[in-house]
Amino acid sequence: MLETFNADVAIVGAGGAGLRAAIAVAETNPKLRIALISKVYPMRSHTVAAEGGAAAVTQPHDSLDAHFHDTVGGGDWLCEQDVVDYFVGQAHDEMVQMEHWGCPWSRKTDGHVNVRAFGGMKIERTWFAADKTGFHMLHTLFQTSIKYPSIRRFDEHFCVDLVVDDGRAQGVVAIDIASGEFQLIQAKAVIIATGGAGRVFRENTNGGIVTGDGMALAYRHGVPLRDMEFVQYHPTCMPGTGLLFTEACRGEGGFLLNKDGYRYLQDYGLGPATPEPRNKAMELGPRDRLSQAYWHEKQKGRTVDGPHGAVVQLDMRHLGEAKLRERLPQIYELAVEYLGVDPAKAPIPVLPAVHYTMGGIIADGKTAATLPGLYSAGECSSVGIHGANRLGSNSLTELLVFGKVAGVQAAAFAKSAPQGNTAALMAQAQAARQRAQAIVERRGSGERIAALRREMAQSMEEGCGIYRTATTMQATCDKLAELKQRVQRVRLDDHSKGWNTEWLLAIELGFQLDVARAMAHSALSRRESRGSHQRLDGFEQRDDVNFLKHSLAFYNGDDAPRIDYGPVKITRSQPGTRAYGAAGEKADAERKAKDASHV
Amino acid sequence: MSDSSRTIELEVLRYRPEQEDAPVWQRYTVPYTDDMSVLQALQYIKDELDGTLSFRWSCRMAICGSCGMMVDGKPHLSCQTFLRDLLPGPVRVEALAHFPIERDLVVSVDGFVKKLESIKPYLIPKEPRTLAQGEYRQTPEQLAQIEQFSSCINCMLCYSACPQFGLNPDFTGPGVIALLHRYNADSRDGGRAQRMEVLNAEEGVWSCTAVGYCSEVCPKHVDPANAVNQNKVNSAKDYFLRFLSPKGAT
Repeated sequence: MLETFNADVAIVGAGGAGLRAAIAVAETNPKLRIALISKVYPMRSHTVAAEGGAAAVTQPHDSLDAHFHDTVGGGDWLCEQDVVDYFVGQAHDEMVQMEHWGCPWSRKTDGHVNVRAFGGMKIERTWFAADKTGFHMLHTLFQTSIKYPSIRRFDEHFCVDLVVDDGRAQGVVAIDIASGEFQLIQAKAVIIATGGAGRVFRENTNGGIVTGDGMALAYRHGVPLRDMEFVQYHPTCMPGTGLLFTEACRGEGGFLLNKDGYRYLQDYGLGPATPEPRNKAMELGPRDRLSQAYWHEKQKGRTVDGPHGAVVQLDMRHLGEAKLRERLPQIYELAVEYLGVDPAKAPIPVLPAVHYTMGGIIADGKTAATLPGLYSAGECSSVGIHGANRLGSNSLTELLVFGKVAGVQAAAFAKSAPQGNTAALMAQAQAARQRAQAIVERRGSGERIAALRREMAQSMEEGCGIYRTATTMQATCDKLAELKQRVQRVRLDDHSKGWNTEWLLAIELGFQLDVARAMAHSALSRRESRGSHQRLDGFEQRDDVNFLKHSLAFYNGDDAPRIDYGPVKITRSQPGTRAYGAAGEKADAERKAKDASHV
Repeated sequence: MSDSSRTIELEVLRYRPEQEDAPVWQRYTVPYTDDMSVLQALQYIKDELDGTLSFRWSCRMAICGSCGMMVDGKPHLSCQTFLRDLLPGPVRVEALAHFPIERDLVVSVDGFVKKLESIKPYLIPKEPRTLAQGEYRQTPEQLAQIEQFSSCINCMLCYSACPQFGLNPDFTGPGVIALLHRYNADSRDGGRAQRMEVLNAEEGVWSCTAVGYCSEVCPKHVDPANAVNQNKVNSAKDYFLRFLSPKGAT
């Protein structure tokens, strides 16, 4: 028998979304027992690394409609428009709630919260706490969660499986990392909030823990992963490590220069180049467009060769040391300590790196998956607000808005769900334990985990990078199928129980391969270009006739995932031309005139 | 780029309670480049040489607070500590001082988290406000009172630096007192009286002997020593005011 804990709601992942969900459950119904499970302590979760800010309509001249249109156009019309409407409508209250919980938002001189410009956003609406917004949000949520006695944390517990009985999710099986002992956490509802999967790529901004665990858990139980081909490359990252230089560098006025010192973005439909930052233009264009422009500059030989690949320059010298230290203190230190570059005196060399997984576990507008009792929130979830390209500062807001929704929904479901069949769940948990233990007990010859992980990450970069072709994507699909076989024969050095992190890495690699396959096959099947999914092999245009729809990847064991499609909810924004810079201003004016004539 | 054949040695203090009764030093040779961190050297060992070496890490950019350890005898975040500054080696790496070792470079965090939980580390509003009333006003000057103390990443380096914590593991300690101060000093907060109970206790501020090494090792310039000392003043005031008001100072 395994040790068992009985919860009403189990939450996997204790980053921003998981903590917000836990608080929502506790506030909705203090009698519900909450199990908050994470493979790290909450404050280590990757929300901590988010820098720039969180979007919410705040200024009098801004509007929910403007945030809606920025988000839907930014997502190349693959967003669920009713969900976007809900999202923009709830955003401001969630920011204020964070403020009431103590989040140290940066302020204007009059004491009101300040907002900054961000890429693809027409009006400044990004709340920020210097350039450590995710850090402050995460710590505020973690510390606030301590107020609620109904939240029982399982820190440093690693989930290996969900338990599903009677057609609904009823808990998880977890390893207590320190002891290596297994535990069944039985629950009436389960929320997955495990973040993204960026570590399946070679160069990425993500922490080591961002391995798509929760996506894989749901996927293996028949829940489709939606829109997985859409992976965001952030345009300004550190060569070699991929560490992030926030978009706020450009929001505050930074320039991107090629090797000739030229603001090359004006050559890619983002101009004109003005000395002052202009919203939705040049350096404040959306991330997909900026990363694509880098790729073209590299093809033209206009990048600078560095020890870790071709780079462009992020120039913030004109902002001056005082402003950089006030608004971007962490960026300043990263540049100095990691690169030996003083950004007040020299430009920072940057290149694009994988940053964000737009797709995820299918979720309706209220975060419910197709499996009853299962909910998801945050980066692991595809609730439908990002479409084919996420706008910077929408994801921190998403954690709050949909973390709360998931908590409220799961609380309601748990209240009405009958008690589960403990014996059946225990049998599943035992089987999950045996599968996990087989990995650690395997002896004899075999490959090292790191070798497989490297091949996976390299192949994902080659096949599913900024630009894609059928040939390279097919090669990646083939490589991943091969790795899926080879992973069954990896050899561990470590056969002990307590703190066996090599064992956890092996389980994570299994999760990663499943998620990577969903990405690669979804990408291969989408024969068009949209948002972050750009093809060079005859499918360079967006094809609304055939592909204005969500991809759905279904798990198929050792075989390739089955790819299907589902409809996109269009309410009031018909797909149009995605224009930025001067062309974007013209298109916006035309849309407004058209809307006015309809009234 | 450096010559790809250059290497550096690391001596790592290993402790695997399932295999060993006591910690032992183990030596590894890893490739050296100018831009490599101690964390990257450990990752190389884990990936290529010895999968049994256990350590925590995640963000790689000195914000998640996971990878604190002793490097050449001093507490450091291993992701932010570069081999180029430790030449010629060998670089000695061991678990954070003053904490029980769970295995290898992994120490027990439980005690620290229990202290953090004990000080009511959340806003206790002076004047409750509804969402419809919008945000509290807080000027940049008021924010500046708490900004530095709210920057603690809970990496626990300051505890490793603190001789008092080394002697008395019950001492609330620099990081948690800085967090307590962060809330007490927040213009929106009214919970100071509730938190002072912890601070006035034997294990509160009065255990500190003002060595100041905690602030020196802090990777985020939180300056916990400053927080501790400000609260000695507060605690003293609180002690005397107690004679005037049964609930103490507010």
